[in-house]
Amino acid sequence: MRITCPHCGPRTSEEFTYLGDANPKRPDGTGIENMKAWHDYVHIRRNPAGEHQELWYHASGCRAWLVVTRNVSTHEIFGVELAAGECA
Amino acid sequence: MRYNLLNVVKQAFKGQKDWTPAWREPEPKAEYDAIIVGGGGHGLATAYYLAKNHNMTNIAVVEKGWIGSGNVGRNTTIIRSNYREAGNIPFYEHSLKLWEGLEQDINFNAMVSQRGVLNIVHNDSQRDAAIRRGNSMRLHGVDGEYLDRDALRKMVPYMDYDNARFPIVGALLQRRGGTVRHDAVAWGYARAADARGVDILQNCEVTGIRTENGAVVGVETSRGFIKSKKIGLACAGNTSRVAHMAGLNLPIESHVLQAFVTEGIKPLIDNVITFGAGHFYISQSDKGGLVFGGSIDGYNSYAQRGNIPTVEEVAEEGVALFPLLGRLRVLRSWGGIMDMSMDGSPIIDKTDISGLYLNCGWCYGGFKATPASGWCFAHTIARDEAHEFNAALKLKRFETGYLVDEHGVGPQPNLH
Repeated sequence: MRITCPHCGPRTSEEFTYLGDANPKRPDGTGIENMKAWHDYVHIRRNPAGEHQELWYHASGCRAWLVVTRNVSTHEIFGVELAAGECA
Repeated sequence: MRYNLLNVVKQAFKGQKDWTPAWREPEPKAEYDAIIVGGGGHGLATAYYLAKNHNMTNIAVVEKGWIGSGNVGRNTTIIRSNYREAGNIPFYEHSLKLWEGLEQDINFNAMVSQRGVLNIVHNDSQRDAAIRRGNSMRLHGVDGEYLDRDALRKMVPYMDYDNARFPIVGALLQRRGGTVRHDAVAWGYARAADARGVDILQNCEVTGIRTENGAVVGVETSRGFIKSKKIGLACAGNTSRVAHMAGLNLPIESHVLQAFVTEGIKPLIDNVITFGAGHFYISQSDKGGLVFGGSIDGYNSYAQRGNIPTVEEVAEEGVALFPLLGRLRVLRSWGGIMDMSMDGSPIIDKTDISGLYLNCGWCYGGFKATPASGWCFAHTIARDEAHEFNAALKLKRFETGYLVDEHGVGPQPNLH
């Protein structure tokens, strides 16, 4: 699998570290009223069989966090963006 | 007809005419008392124990392909119960005990071979952890013994003991661990379940789960709607996909795990041996091929095939432990889809939807768990409550915080 890093160009997936689904959003606040939101954020995953947005870290390259859109059933990559946005 | 010596001899004189198929190919009935989704090892074992232990015989196992086409036919066939956590040990030990009596129970030769499992350690801290795990096992009545370097060298002389980076210090040995012929487990359970009246419906893909007022009423399948008030999911890597049909999102990620087999050679590796400085495990099949594997590829995947970096990593680890492997050629490699849970331990439980039961999160450990998984899942479905062996394997543990994290790495599925 080859990931096209916005900074470094096409690189082998070995250079990257995988974190997981990019969609869960960290809840605001740590109060008891947010327990369900935290549980979902930490543990629950949609885990789709097709297109998946996921966080990869270019550890052996520019050390940027990337959001890769990939088909997890074919390993085809549709797009790579900087997780922090284009101006990072 | 029972499989025994007498019948083999009799049939030799009768032109082998009386053998019948190992299981029927029935048409789906309109309604069952329970439907198990997934005709792999766990699903078939569940159906068998529902019939045997709970006297429920109006049961169907629905499978989208052919039985045993998933992970039960894609693993490295290892059985063991060398766990550390209190929530895990009784469950896996029950599984090992069921393996020990399985062939007589289901009248099928599953080639259960208790050849011993060795976990190699390479430094002092790993040695301490191995001894601690061995002690934890012994406190639960499970066999475990620590071998120092000299004792290990007598048993397995051909490893690279003086490797500059990963010298071998010793090993934790579970003598009752070993291997089982994996396909035979699916076939044996299928035949035994069928003999007790279970309908095995192959090429019958579940396309929807119908619920009314918070309770299941049946499944939509490629062969029509089938009614049932109890539905058990045993879909391994496809668990999330099927659970979505009932509106559930789970603490599961699907990942690809590769395995490999070499050309057949004369008997070399007598035991199951694991490398402690990475993740590598190996045994020799009765056909002579060395069967081995390593870590999952590490990213979400439903592809049943992996990538080259993992192949390279596994080969490097193998050669670091056994330099002689470098002369062998790999014949085949394949991938299976693991249902990786958030704490590395499985889930056998009810759900918030009445009549919908969940059996998933097996990570790397599904094959060895097959008998106990079926046994406990059958109990959970029949009684609508967990057995003490799967009491810790709850779905809600991720909310309550009672995790069963054997390696202590936290909610990161690709690290378990």
